[in-house]
Amino acid sequence: MLSLEKRPQPSRTWTLASPIVAVLLTMIAGAGLFAALGQDPIEALTKIFYEPLFGEFSFFYLPQLLIKGAPLVAIALGLSIGFRAGIWNIGAEGQYIIGALCGAGVALALYPSEARWLVFPAMLLAGALGGFAWAMIPGLLRVRFGTNEILVSLMLVYVAEQLLASMALGLMRNPDGQGFPGSRNMARMDAATSWIDQSNGMHWGVVIALIGVIFVYVLFAKHILGFQIKLAGQAPRAAAFSGVNPARLVLFCLGASGALAGLAGLTEVAGPSGIVSIDFNVGYGFTAIIVAFLGRLHPVGILLAGTLMALTYIGGDVAQSSLGLPGAAIQVFQGMLLFFLLAVDVLTNYRVRLRERGAA
Amino acid sequence: MTQATGDQALMVLDGLTKAYPGVIANKDVSFELKRGEVHALLGENGAGKSTLVKTIYGLVKPDSGTMTLAGRPFAPSDPHTARASGIAMVFQHFSLFDALDVAENVALGMENPPPLRDLAQRIRDVSETYGLPLDPTRTVGDLSAGERQRVEIIRCLLQDPSVLIMDEPTSVLTPQEVDILFETLRKLRDEGTAILYISHKLEEIRALCDHATILRLGAVVGTCDPKSTSARDMAEMMVGGSLHVPEREARPAGDMLMQIKGLSVKSPSEFGTSLKDISLEVRAGDVLGIGGVAGNGQDELLAALSGEITAGRGQIFFKDQDIGKLKPDARRGLGLCAAPEERMGHAAAPDMSLVENAALTARKRKNLTRKGFLDWRGARSFADEIIKRFDVRTPGSGNAARSLSGGNLQKFVIGREILQDPQVLIVNQPTWGVDAAAAASIRQALLDLAAKGAAIIVISQDLDELMEISDSFAALNEGRLSAPRPTLGLTVEDIGLMLGGAHDMEVAHVD
Repeated sequence: MLSLEKRPQPSRTWTLASPIVAVLLTMIAGAGLFAALGQDPIEALTKIFYEPLFGEFSFFYLPQLLIKGAPLVAIALGLSIGFRAGIWNIGAEGQYIIGALCGAGVALALYPSEARWLVFPAMLLAGALGGFAWAMIPGLLRVRFGTNEILVSLMLVYVAEQLLASMALGLMRNPDGQGFPGSRNMARMDAATSWIDQSNGMHWGVVIALIGVIFVYVLFAKHILGFQIKLAGQAPRAAAFSGVNPARLVLFCLGASGALAGLAGLTEVAGPSGIVSIDFNVGYGFTAIIVAFLGRLHPVGILLAGTLMALTYIGGDVAQSSLGLPGAAIQVFQGMLLFFLLAVDVLTNYRVRLRERGAA
Repeated sequence: MTQATGDQALMVLDGLTKAYPGVIANKDVSFELKRGEVHALLGENGAGKSTLVKTIYGLVKPDSGTMTLAGRPFAPSDPHTARASGIAMVFQHFSLFDALDVAENVALGMENPPPLRDLAQRIRDVSETYGLPLDPTRTVGDLSAGERQRVEIIRCLLQDPSVLIMDEPTSVLTPQEVDILFETLRKLRDEGTAILYISHKLEEIRALCDHATILRLGAVVGTCDPKSTSARDMAEMMVGGSLHVPEREARPAGDMLMQIKGLSVKSPSEFGTSLKDISLEVRAGDVLGIGGVAGNGQDELLAALSGEITAGRGQIFFKDQDIGKLKPDARRGLGLCAAPEERMGHAAAPDMSLVENAALTARKRKNLTRKGFLDWRGARSFADEIIKRFDVRTPGSGNAARSLSGGNLQKFVIGREILQDPQVLIVNQPTWGVDAAAAASIRQALLDLAAKGAAIIVISQDLDELMEISDSFAALNEGRLSAPRPTLGLTVEDIGLMLGGAHDMEVAHVD
């Protein structure tokens, strides 16, 4: 009979190996899934993982990797701060939308100014503040009234979506757009665009994600705040004994993740997306939760995990167009990744022992 | 009186012994439980009361000894068998589902629950018969602690038990609820049920019980009739006559370091004990020992002194400075360190390395942060210093705290605080679960710190320990602290009375 035995301390090997094992298991199970859908599993996996990177059209797909990866990494970094402290911000999608709306609001309000030195920094500030403020709602409610931040932040996603629709159809609609919904295209405004080099996918969101990786790394490795966040997540009573102020921690974690999500939304709306439209958000805020865990809540891991997740998005598109795989199959595939990761994760803290039947 | 039905022993325990690694929980325990009596099982924490009743309830298998129930051998292999034989038990902490109603909860605990409608009627009948007001359709989440206990009791009564075990039933009740409970128990006793009543509250036992068996360190040390025995005598039996109070030389009083004046704080936990009007003072070189049975406010007192719970103005003074409102780190900065009882998860974070655990409290006094950035090298050398000076057995400071044995982690925790050179140190249960050699070295380290001019407050349930190291002694009882008295000249009787809460024994009603 198999039994689990708690390790005296977490295994270093398994901490590193479990994401890799999870990816491999996902590929195997995914192959089974694709086979069940009547596809050649090897071909499908090649299309998803190989084609975008090394295939004939990789010059087109590689920039996409940056475009899709940057918001995932930026949001997941923010989430990882809270997740380590046991503060569950599930509403990054809403903070992403509000950040985009605030940044876009600044850009559209200042249009047609050409002072990039003014417009773009103001947009960044507005985007970060927008996401921050949206995350402060669950934060302050939790600190003041003890509400559950999971529910509040999640429900605020739907509020944000309604706001987005209202803005795209009303206040922010392009006055020269013949009545079509959606704002002016900010990607084409020299003062407001977040593109750095559109041909290879470089935009400010990528820069922010990379700076974020360094920032979060330093926070956790060197700074007292990172230590307190870890402590509060692992042993709340010890954190209180050590002198951590739980309310301040909640606000910091939610605020930081909100600001990062807001920045991701802003750089997306002013670049790859360009316009504020009804369906501007595509679920990065939710996928980033998977990315955060897949990356072990570690900034470097999140960078790798975000890239991998972006790859499955792009590869999924490839497989969808060339093999006719349903889009839902790709979502199942992504879900399996988190599932296997959590399952394999047990091995970091437990070892599997073979025991004789009947032994107590 | 109970003699009418009580001559025949219902349950006989003979020579029950149960040993756990390193500790004998029950040593040759024998006593008889008669029909129609309330039998008290009295003892300090760790005296073996819980192990004994768990043996009767089939949760623990004794190493040796036998039990008989109504003349037949009785050796339950699990609680199911025990219940089938007519044993029922109400635990100290309830196992109820908040979202379900009373009847559903009762049904879940029964072997063969009848249909819910019939059950609701039976609950009404039982609750009327025994004077336990309870509406079977109410949701358990809305009930008070006393009402929840009634659910548990009624669940037991529906099984028609011949033996009812109550484990510290009054610890969660209001005085009014206690009165109702006692009425019910007396009624049950008069109907012939044998009740085994576990408690360390002497007044209650004198008010309710017909017979008392007193346990100390796992063995029966005496029996008595609580109605005719004084609280003083019972306390003395409970504490034991083996205490040796060391001779100590008088020493000139040092500078005043900390004063507590009328400290009252509410416990943050529902089952906690709030502190009521606590006053004490410690001077340089003092060791103040605070005794008392667990759950009488020890954790709260430590938290109020460490700063985890803040107090009102004018209640805690450190060298004339009012520190009641200061947070833990500010207090540490002044020189006030603390070591809580619970090592895993409170004094230390189990999954973090010893280096991180060293930084947990030492950041301020060891200057481990610069502009908010942690000096990990400094933390590592501090952790290594603790490990070396306090002989902590571990492969290295990079290991997780949970990989250490309890005793080693305790040495680490105490060492961490002592090596920060505090002026006042508060420790709760410094040697709990620690082997004798390690305990001795921890005590010596505390005495050395006091000799260097620090004041030390030791909260402990180990009276021998307190007598060995402290200059003065006080006892916590239901959140109140008795007036500290010099350990020198203290008799066992004095200690027993202080522990039993006898400083207000006069007002306790004994009928």
